[in-house]
Order: sequence, then structure tokens, then C-alpha cells
Amino acid sequence: MMSHLTPRNATVAALLVILVLIPAYTSLTGNVFMLLLFTRIVILAMAAVSLNLILGYGGMMSFGHAAYLGIGGYAVGILAFEGIHSGFVQWPVALLVSALFALVIGALSLRTRGVYFIMITLAFAQMAYYVVAGLARYGGDDGLTIQKRSQFIAPLNLTDKTQFYYVCLTLLFAALYLVWRLVNSRFGLVIQGARSNDTRMRAIGFPTYRYKLVGFVIAGTLCGLAGALIANHTDFVSPAMMYWTRSGDLIIMVVLGGMGSVFGPVFGAVALLVLEEALSGITEYWQIILGPLLLLVVLFARGGIDGLLRLADPKLKVGA
Amino acid sequence: MTLFIEQCLNGLQFGLLLFLLAAGLTLVFGIMDLVNLAHGSLYMVGAYFAATFAAWTGSFVLGALMALVATLIVGMAVEMIVMRRLYGRDHLDHVLGTFGLILFFDETVRLIWGPEGMSLPLPSWLNTSVTLLPGFDYSAYKFAIIVVTLAVAVFLYVLVMKTRVGMLIRAGASNREMVAALGVNIKLLYTLVFGLGAALAGLAGLMQAPILTVQIGMGENIIILAFVITVIGGIGSIRGAFIAALFVGFIDTLGRSYLPDFMRLLLSPDAAATAAPALSSMLIYLLMAVVLVAKPEGLFSQGGK
Amino acid sequence: MSEPLLKVEGLAKRFGGIVASDDLSLDVAAGELHAVIGPNGAGKTTLIAQLSGQLRPDSGRVSFAGADITALPMHARSRLGLARSFQITSLFLDLSVLDNVALAVQAQAGHSFRFWRDARREPELRQPAQAILARLGLEKRAHALASMLSHGEHRQLELAMALAARPRMLLLDEPMAGLGPEESAAMLKLLQGLKRELAILLVEHDMEAVFALADRITVMVYGHAIASGAPADIRVNEDVRQAYLGEAEAAHG
Repeated sequence: MMSHLTPRNATVAALLVILVLIPAYTSLTGNVFMLLLFTRIVILAMAAVSLNLILGYGGMMSFGHAAYLGIGGYAVGILAFEGIHSGFVQWPVALLVSALFALVIGALSLRTRGVYFIMITLAFAQMAYYVVAGLARYGGDDGLTIQKRSQFIAPLNLTDKTQFYYVCLTLLFAALYLVWRLVNSRFGLVIQGARSNDTRMRAIGFPTYRYKLVGFVIAGTLCGLAGALIANHTDFVSPAMMYWTRSGDLIIMVVLGGMGSVFGPVFGAVALLVLEEALSGITEYWQIILGPLLLLVVLFARGGIDGLLRLADPKLKVGA
Repeated sequence: MTLFIEQCLNGLQFGLLLFLLAAGLTLVFGIMDLVNLAHGSLYMVGAYFAATFAAWTGSFVLGALMALVATLIVGMAVEMIVMRRLYGRDHLDHVLGTFGLILFFDETVRLIWGPEGMSLPLPSWLNTSVTLLPGFDYSAYKFAIIVVTLAVAVFLYVLVMKTRVGMLIRAGASNREMVAALGVNIKLLYTLVFGLGAALAGLAGLMQAPILTVQIGMGENIIILAFVITVIGGIGSIRGAFIAALFVGFIDTLGRSYLPDFMRLLLSPDAAATAAPALSSMLIYLLMAVVLVAKPEGLFSQGGK
Repeated sequence: MSEPLLKVEGLAKRFGGIVASDDLSLDVAAGELHAVIGPNGAGKTTLIAQLSGQLRPDSGRVSFAGADITALPMHARSRLGLARSFQITSLFLDLSVLDNVALAVQAQAGHSFRFWRDARREPELRQPAQAILARLGLEKRAHALASMLSHGEHRQLELAMALAARPRMLLLDEPMAGLGPEESAAMLKLLQGLKRELAILLVEHDMEAVFALADRITVMVYGHAIASGAPADIRVNEDVRQAYLGEAEAAHG
């Protein structure tokens, strides 16, 4: 895969180096804002990578993926509120609850297809939103402040911004590696086949439903981890994290970055959030550009940034 | 008892409003096989236009009519500029592209009208009540909404069932290629259908404006309900949309009114206070989930797609 | 005579007012090539759909190797040894040719809840796939994207996918559809080579191929089998001539 350095792979390598060096840049220039921005980028990139597993590779257009950010986040938030600050308890709970939620939603939703699937995943996410908004004890609509970040063993201290950034980055790298192995495994080929032609998959002997369900659960769990991270990052959780349009934002990242590769969504997260920062400095109406931009990508550059970079390579290859 | 009747009427009114929205959505979905998330944006635009024109002209009715025409024009423009390029593509492309449209509309509205939202006050002749039964008064405006939407429903029925255009619509809903093969000007038909849907959405938006809201993002809240109705009723079926919309309107309104009391019978007051609002909001989605699990094609699906 | 491998009894299927299968019965013995012919709309593809599990019959029974498979889901039939090819090419167009066949091999190679090892480097999946491609003459195209193939190559790949399951019986739905004379001849040779290895139910319009290959022929009209027997008998059968082969054919004999 890395047999020769294509423009695309070079860009990936460069981006990885930049991501690793961000804290160094921050300590040199004193620009803490960059560190915070990139922490957010890294966490959302992880969420987008998890979504791409089912969206890009699995062809499952889930419009409720942001729910897992909320679930993971609220697992941390609620436990913290009740006095349980240990990350060793909070994070596994976040993963477990996300997995269970994904299992139930997936089991029901995957019985439907196409736009019905989109609608039912959206509906379930909205249900989660309303349930959480109704929890008066945990802030309801206003959200919940998290007094203390997840506690692990010293010297690991998540309140230290640099440490926290590297924790998130390490987890992102781990997620990328995990998803990469997943999509090239037997399991990954099955969900790709199911995306490509579900009827044929069943005709040749695969009970595709169960494979898609497992993929759905893995994606939800991974996103739940991102949720736990973002709760720590913002020291705050609110139902708004789960509103259906936030799922749309995640989908934008995946499509903009490129659905055809594991790394694509990282491009998307970086591009979108950097663009947001850069443009909102110029005009507060920058989102006017985002809408038509998304439309243009859908119509003319379906492969996203990743796809465009690959086109720049004179020696095009087949497969992942 | 009168409270119950009032809530039933509220449920009817809400349901009918939702029907206007869902009808346009299901038509476009059934005939052009287009998933339009930005349908709610036309609903928002209708409300904003009405508030603006009513303020300019000083007349509620005139403002409403102008808003209707303006929304129709915007709808047809969107169809010609954007939707035409999406026909025949994957539903995912539709969802993404129209999601982009939502962002565009929200920001454009914010640019033109500012972030604060607007209000559309009722003229005095509508801001009264009518006596429907001895001892039972109901808001005249809400009653007017019921009357107008029922009239529109009848109009749609006549249009779809009794006219040539309607026949093309029904044919197109079950077999797109055939209609095109028959030499009908498909492009024009599509533009008109989309325009009709836009006008219906705009009408819903402007009618609810005095009693609910005129603000950015109002489309995102309601479009989900409209899709839920479309799904329950079956894609492409206006009759299904009508029944499902009324059903949803009743359940949502009555649920919100009576569920808290009902829950207090079962749970402690605290638990009921927590659970009731969440459950009320969730009721509709639960309903849709149940329908889809039982009958993945919707209750009245046309079969076209 | 031993029990047939595939037994279809009284199959019936309606779509609204259209009768696709009407008290349809036939059987296929192991190693036999049984052709099903009939005019368009006779219900041949619906028959294959019901045999492969894509559609459920309204009534009737389908047995395979003695077991009742009438209600068996599609994915389970492949595991029993009943594979099908599609009339309208149904491949994994965005995967490579080798990936396509390897997936078909993978379906029969135990479960696929393996999350780590690179499946494209598993010899137990890739080697059988390569072998099948070689048999069908597609080995040079192994790494091309399936969408890049010509129509003839698509039909070959269709067959390759069905064979990858090492089935006991093949349901072939118009394998020669849309093929030119050279490609048809090549496909004919392939099918002849397969003949004794496994049972084949062949739906085809190409009469030359049908009469060259078939051990038995069943003729369907409006969902019903109007005649069934050896090719020579079918050729002279009056009902068949009237319904299908036409007067011009009758004149040529």
C-alpha cells in the first residue's frame, strides 16, 4: 500500500506529523487556542472514522450517529455528577452503554432499507435526545457541567491540556489502526460486499444482517469513546450534542474527507473545523458557503478530499 | 369534557398542519424519488415571507397570499437549480445535498432577517373565538386553520383523483419511467409538483406563524415529524399521509396533555415529572419505530419505491 | 431410478393479477442438465427466484437432496449446495474480479467473524478463487475492477461466482444473455465441461445451446409446464410447437 509515495500518502504522512507536533507549536508560540482546536478536531475525527466504518464501508446511512457522542458523554457526565470520577469506571461504562444502545437500535433499524433506515436511525437518535433533555436531575435542556475530568492514575492527568491532547491523539491512531484491520479482514469484506450488493451476498451464502449489526455496534461503541473524550474536553455535556443535525455534521465530515478510505474522515474533520475557524474570522455568515460546498462535493467530487488527492496520482490502483 | 374536545381539536389542527407538510414531501418522494430534507426550509421561508409581507402591506391575508406565491417561486427555483441534478442519484446523495441546502437556507435567512426571529401578529378579526358548542369556545384562528387545511385536502384529493395532471401524478408515483415514456413533459411535471409541495410547506409555515414561531431552524424541528408521517403513511401515498398526519397530530397533542397525569397514576410525582415530557416527545418516534418494524414499507405504501 | 436432487411440486406464485407460477412441477437428477424454456413472461426467472429463496412461493414444495427447502432463507441454500447465477448481472462492481470470486469462496469457508487477518492475503480464499478464474479464462482480469469488464466477461464472472461455492447444483438464469457468437460458443464449451460434475437447471433462450446441452427439457407457458422430456421428444411435441417454436420452425423440423 505504501509501495511508492503518492501525493495522497504524502499528504497523510504530513498531516500525521503536524498532528503530533501541535503541542510543540503551542508551547513555542503560546497559542493555546490551537491546541484546544486540534483536540476537538482529533476527537471528532475519531467519531467520523467510526461513522465511516458503517457509512463508507458498510453503506449504512445512519443519521443518528451523534447520539453515541451524547451517550458516551453523558455516561461520563452522570457518573461524575454522582461522584464517580474514576476514568476506569466511567469510560468502560460509556463504551458499554453505547454498545447496548447500538445493539438495540441496530437490531431494529437494520430490518429496514434505504431511506427508511435513514429515518429510523434518525428517529431513535431523536428519542435519545428527548430522553436526555427530560432528565431534570442532570440538567435537562441546559446541560450538565462536569466538575472534574476523568481520573486515572498519576502521572496521567487529563486536566493537563497537552497530556489530554496526546491521549486523544493516541486513541485516534489506535482507532484508525483498528478500523483499517477491520475493513480488510473477512468481516470487513463481508460488510463491503453487503454495501455493494446485499442480494448477491445473501445468494452466495452470507446472512448479511448479523454482520451489519456487529459493524453497527462496533461503530457506535467507538463513537461512544469519542463522546467520553469530548465530555472531558468541554467539561460539559448537553442534549444538543445529540440533535439530528449534529449527525449531519458528522456525515459532512465523512463525505467531505472521503468515504473510500479509513483515513478520509480525518481529512474531513480537519478541513471542516479549520475552515470553520478560518472563515468565521472573515464573516459570521461563512456557513452560507458550506451548504453549497457540500452540494458541489456530492455532485462532482463524491470521493471527497481523499478522492481528489488520489486523482493526483498518475499510477491509480484498485482496492483499499 | 370541554378540555378534551379542545385538545382533540388542537390535535386535529396540528395534524392537518403536519399533513400539509407531509403531503408535499410524500409527493416529491413518490414521484421524483427525491428525499428532500430541505422541505422544512420552505416551511421556514413561508413563515418569514408572511411576517415580512404582512408588516409591509399591513394586511394579514394579503401578506399570506404574497408569501404563498413567493414560496412557490423559491420552490420552483430550487427545483430547477438544484433538484434536477439530484434526480436518479442515490438517496444518500439526496440526503447530503439537501442537508447542504438546509445550511444554506438557514444562513441566508439569518443574513437577510437577522438571528432574532420574527413575529406575525393576528389581525383583530381573527384574534377572537368562535362558539362551536353551547358553552364551548374555540380559538377562531385555529378553527380557521382547520377549515383552510381541510379545504386544501379536498382540493388535493380532487386534483390527484379527478384531473389529468392528477392522473399523471398518480401514474408517476407508481411508475416513473412509464410516464416519461408516454411523452409527457416530465421536466415540467416535476417542477410543478415540487412547486406544489413548496407552496403547501409555505402555507403550513405561514399559518402556524402567529401561534407558534418564526425563527431560524424551525424547519429542522418539524421536518422530522413530516418524514415520520411520510414513512408511517407510506411513500407516495397522500391518503396515507393524511391518515398518518391526523394520527400523529392526535397522539402528540393528547399525549402531551394527558400523559403526565397518566404517569402520575403509575409512578411517583417526581418520576412522572421526569418521564412524562420525554415520553410525550418520544411517542411519535416510538410509533414510527413500531410501524417500521412491523411493516417496513409503511402502512399504505404505493409500491413504486 | 433414485430420488432426484431437486424436486419441485405444485409451485404457485401470483403477483396481483399475474400468475407467474401455476401448479409447476419438475425435477432434476444429480449430474443432469435440465433446460427450462418458454416464451418471455412464462415465469422462468420467477421459478429461479423461488428455487434460490429470493421469493417465497404462495404454495407448493421445493425439495433439495431430500430436504424441504421451500421456506429456507436465501443465504442458507448456498450452504446446502444450491447456487445460482443471475439473468441481469449482479456482481460487486466496485470490487476487483478476484475479490468477487474470493467472497463467494469465503461464504463457504466457515464464519466470517474474523476481524484481524487481511482476508486478501488468505491463501485458502485466494487460491480457489484464482483456480476458478483460470478455469473460466478470466485469470488475466483478476485485478481489474468488476465494473471494467465487458458484458461477456460479466457473464463469465457470474458463472464463476456460482461455481465458487462448489455447489451440487447450479441454477443458471440465461448465462448467454447478450453474448455475441464467439462468446456464446465459449460459454457453451464451458457449460459442456461442467455437465457431468454437477446438476444444472438451465434457463435459456438460445435454442442451439439448449438442444446441444440438455439431457431433458421442460417447456413453460404462463407459469405452467406444458411438456417435459428428452430434447428429441420436445422437438416433435405438438403442444410445444404451437405454443413456442412456431410454424416456421415446424416447417424446418
